[in-house]
Amino acid sequence: MSLRIVVTVKYVPDATGDRHFADDLTVDRDDVDGLLSELDEYAVEQALQISENSDDDVEITVLTVGPEDARDALRKALSMGADKAVHVEDDDLHGTDALGTSLVLAKAVEKAGYDLVISGMASTDGTMGVVPALLAERLGVPQVTLLSEVSVEDGTVRGRRDGDAASERLEASLPAVVSVTDQSGEARYPSFKGIMAAKKKPVESWDLSDLELDAEEVGLAGAWTAVDSATERPARTAGTIVKDEGEGGKQLAEYLASQKFI
Amino acid sequence: MAEVLVYVDHVDGAVRKPTLELLTLARRVGEPVAVALGDGAAETAAVLAEHGAVKVLTHEAAEYADYLVVPKVDALQAAVAAVSAGGSLAAVLVPSSAEGKEIAARLALRLGSGLITDAVDLEAGDSGPVATQSVFAASFTTKSRVSRGTAVITVKPNSAAVEAAPAAGAVEALAVSFSEQATGTKVTSRTPRESTGRPELTEAAIVVSGGRGVNGAENFAIIEALADSLGAAVGASRAAVDAGWYPHTSQVGQTGKSVSPQLYIASGISGAIQHRAGMQTSKTIVAINKDAEAPIFELVDYGVVGDLFDVVPALTEEVKARKG
Repeated sequence: MSLRIVVTVKYVPDATGDRHFADDLTVDRDDVDGLLSELDEYAVEQALQISENSDDDVEITVLTVGPEDARDALRKALSMGADKAVHVEDDDLHGTDALGTSLVLAKAVEKAGYDLVISGMASTDGTMGVVPALLAERLGVPQVTLLSEVSVEDGTVRGRRDGDAASERLEASLPAVVSVTDQSGEARYPSFKGIMAAKKKPVESWDLSDLELDAEEVGLAGAWTAVDSATERPARTAGTIVKDEGEGGKQLAEYLASQKFI
Repeated sequence: MAEVLVYVDHVDGAVRKPTLELLTLARRVGEPVAVALGDGAAETAAVLAEHGAVKVLTHEAAEYADYLVVPKVDALQAAVAAVSAGGSLAAVLVPSSAEGKEIAARLALRLGSGLITDAVDLEAGDSGPVATQSVFAASFTTKSRVSRGTAVITVKPNSAAVEAAPAAGAVEALAVSFSEQATGTKVTSRTPRESTGRPELTEAAIVVSGGRGVNGAENFAIIEALADSLGAAVGASRAAVDAGWYPHTSQVGQTGKSVSPQLYIASGISGAIQHRAGMQTSKTIVAINKDAEAPIFELVDYGVVGDLFDVVPALTEEVKARKG
C-alpha cells in the first residue's frame, strides 16, 4: 500500500513585521519579510508523524501557491522532511481570494495525486480558516478539519476536534482533507542533515496553463469580493499608567467605577 | 423588501447570543429569516421572533449531530433556494465560529457567491451590504463587499447590541434533501465541555486574562476570583496555555479566541503580537504588569505597573466591597 499526502502551505508576511496593504488593497508582500506560515508547520509535522507511524509507503508532497519567494516556504518544509514540492506560480494569481485559492489548490492536488490533504488551521495573514473546507467541497471528499489529534489507519482517518461546546471524535474514509490546529503537536526544527538533503529534493513549478485554469478565474479580477478601503487603526490614545505603591488595586477599582464597570 | 437569512447557533433550542446580534445587523439590510437546524430547532422560534425574525425555517434530523458540517450546508442551501424562489435574498449571515465559517465558505462556493468572514460591523450599501473587518492583528480596518452572487458573511460575536424588535417569527418546516457528501465525516463521539459557570469567553462583556506572570496553574485562582467578582469570563495567553496552566479553549490570541468585550483586563501578559491579535478590538483595556516596558501598556486605557499578586487580590476585594 502506498499513501500519498499533499500538505498545503502558505508563504506569509512575518506577523512581527510592519504589515501593510499595497495600493490595490492587496497584502503588501514586498516590504515585509516572508516565511512559512507557523500554523502550516503543524501540518507538515503531522504528515511526517503519519509517515513515521505507518507501515505503508508514504510520500509527502508540499504544495504552495504564491510568488517567487514562496519557494522559501517549500524549502523549509522539505528540510523538515517532506519528500518533494510543487510551487504554483503565475503573475495572474496576484490578488486571488480564498475561493480562488481553493480552486487552484484543488486543481494542483488532483494533478499531483493524493490520498490525504493536510492543511494548517488558518494562515497567519488572512486568518479566514476556510480553505480546507473549500478544498474538500471542491474535491468532493470528506472534510476532517481543526483536529488537535490525527491518525491514519487502513484507509481511514480519525481525529479529535475540540469545539466551543464539545470535543468530538471524527472518522472518514480516504481520500480526505484534514486540517490540524496548533494543539496537534510542536513542529520539529529542521536538522542540519535535513537542510542539506532539502537542497537536492525536487521542486516542480506549475503555472495556470499546467492546471488548465484561465486567468479570469483567479486573481484580483476573478475575486468574488472587493475591498473598498483599508484604514490604519488610529493608535490608542495614551492611557493612564500608575505605579503600584500599595494602592494600585484601589486606584484600578476607582477607574473601573468611573467607567461604570462596577 | 429583500430578505436576509440568519443561521441560528443554538444548543438544544437555546439560542446563543451571537445569533441575536446577527438579527440586529440583519434588520439593517432586510427582513431577517432565521434557519434553525437539529434537535430543539422549533423551540428557538419565540426568542428569534422577539429579536426580529419574520420567519423561522426549521428542520430536525439526526444527520446534523452525527456528521460534520456538510448536512448544515445542504440545509442552508435549501433555505437559500426557498427564499430566492419567493422573493429576493440580500445576504446570508452566519456567526463567526469555527464551524460557522466552514459552513459559510462551502455555501458561498455552491452558490457561486463571494464570502466575507469575521465581520465586526455591517451596513446597507448601494451595491449590497458593506462589511467592516479588523485585520493584521487589528492594526487595520477594511470595508469590503461581495461583488458576485448573494453576499455570504460571517460576523464575530459582540459586533452589535442585542435589540428587542418583535416580529411574527412564523415557523415553517424547511425541506432538505442531503447530498452525497453529507455523511462523509462521521462524529463517532461527543464530549460536552464542562461548564465553568462563567460567561462564554467570546460573548462576555468583561474578560479577565492571565499570562506568563501568573506563574502556575494554581495561581489562576486569583484570576478566576477577580473574574467572578466582575461576572467576567477568564482568558489566558498562549504562554500560559502552552505551559499547561489553563485550557486551550480559554486561549485569547491569534491561534485561540478573538474577543471584543467592553472591558479586557490583562494580568501578567506582556502583549506580544500573537495575543494582541485576539483582544486589540476590546473597548476598554486595562493591564497589570510588573514590567513598565511591556508592550501591553501601549494599548491600555489604564495600566498598573506592579506585582499582580498584590494588585489583583486587592482589586477583587475592592470590587466586592463596592458591589456590596
